[in-house]
Amino acid sequence: MTNDILLAGFGGQGILFIGKLLAYMGLYADKHVSWLPSYGPEMRGGTCNCSVCISDDPIGSPLVLDPDILLVMNTPSYDKFIGNVKAGGKCFIDSSLIEEKCGRSDIECFYVPATELANSNGLKGMANVILLGKVIKETGIASQEVIEKAVHKVVPPKKANLIEANLTALKLGMEQ
Amino acid sequence: MSELTLMKGNEALAEAAIRAGCKCFFGYPITPQTEISAYLSKRMPKVGGVFLQAESEVAAINMVYGCAGSGIRCMTSSSSPGISLKTEGISYIAGADLPCVIINVQRGGPGLGGIQPSQADYWQVTRALGHGDFHVLVFAPSTVQEMADTVQKAFDLADKYRMPAVILADGLLGQMMEPVAFDEDAEIKMSDASNKPWAATGHKNQRKHNIINSLYLQAEELEEKIRNRFERYEQVKANETMAECYKTEDAEIVVAAYGSTARLAKSAVELARKEGIKAGVFRPITLWPYPVNELNEACKNAKKVLVTEMSMGQMVDDVKLALNCRIPVEFVGRTGGVIPSPAEILNKIKEMGGDK
Repeated sequence: MTNDILLAGFGGQGILFIGKLLAYMGLYADKHVSWLPSYGPEMRGGTCNCSVCISDDPIGSPLVLDPDILLVMNTPSYDKFIGNVKAGGKCFIDSSLIEEKCGRSDIECFYVPATELANSNGLKGMANVILLGKVIKETGIASQEVIEKAVHKVVPPKKANLIEANLTALKLGMEQ
Repeated sequence: MSELTLMKGNEALAEAAIRAGCKCFFGYPITPQTEISAYLSKRMPKVGGVFLQAESEVAAINMVYGCAGSGIRCMTSSSSPGISLKTEGISYIAGADLPCVIINVQRGGPGLGGIQPSQADYWQVTRALGHGDFHVLVFAPSTVQEMADTVQKAFDLADKYRMPAVILADGLLGQMMEPVAFDEDAEIKMSDASNKPWAATGHKNQRKHNIINSLYLQAEELEEKIRNRFERYEQVKANETMAECYKTEDAEIVVAAYGSTARLAKSAVELARKEGIKAGVFRPITLWPYPVNELNEACKNAKKVLVTEMSMGQMVDDVKLALNCRIPVEFVGRTGGVIPSPAEILNKIKEMGGDK
């Protein structure tokens, strides 16, 4: 089993952070994992993406061009990557930020108003984590135990007060 | 061993340098290797080491020259254009028979090129990393764990043979995170000049001066220096080659690739095997000395060899030399910072007759 996952959005939305969170979930589920950021002339407000591979076998290319799973949080990235999702793949869309609806019938799309959910639940800035929660629900990629272990690992000690908020955001995403 | 942690290749390499006793690091920032400097700027002061951001690449390599002369384990890192700037200093270090470790996290070239992953510095590092008759040890890791493990080896062999060692990585390996483990129980011990009787540590009127120099104006004297050095190189060639063979036992097509491209080659070979094609991967871990015997062994059943690199085809030369051109050698690759896909490599394998 290999899951090639592409996470994309604007810089500052926490795309790299949820990529790392996801990679740790894979690691704690005893899979081979890799994480690769796009590192072009990126900046806050510019587009940003990251490739995460979770596999039963050693990972060849860590660069994901044709994802099994696409998580997308802005329109430029949606336009760029939606056509690359493998047939049978899944796409997770922040519908608060992206108005388009996908016309492809060979992939499954999930529209989650993640940014609105974040704002209305006191989780401002955590739309990324909410959307990741939906990915976890639909793919079964991580157990509750693994989720908690990964959140504790990835949230830096200086921001330990945000561990609960992250877990709440993941749970909220999983309820969608 | 400790628990597995996700680290960038650059960070894992930096941590491993400290654990290998690297006491001094002289850096200058350049994408895609700046995490090495960033990491060491935080860690070095905590373990009693020195982190210094030099005013240029040229300054950094000359600081390495001086530090290495005092017998201390030291390192510098850069990416392709910065390495070109360092080559003068590297030549001096080789000419003075000093050990040090130099990291090249390659990006596209020539010139300023780009910042995406590339392997276009193969010729430079294996043929002429500076002027004059000399070689450097060259290691090419292909995973983040191996980035870490190679550093210790590089320092050890650099000391053993008194020559610079280069770790040739690329932007992909430097930027990606993978699980990596360090031995948490191992004591971190900074290097000193013990066991280095040649080091310039101050003679205190107790011994003759140790002179660190690369200038020999008497031609015969310089020739002798170089001949002695090349005798040492023969020892290196005989004893220090490293390679990995992956499914080459029955392989009719052997794909030769190093570093991150070897990962892609393995994926391509897996795809080829699923289609009934007998393919395997030969991955040199040392690029100088080149694992000549290992390649010939890997190719014992090979009808053709495919070299794949992120360049226009530079290692092709060494593969042909190692095989003495007795097997046809072809090439497929991408350059300029474009990463080839396993499917592109697979297509070439099929085109070469592997689809029978």
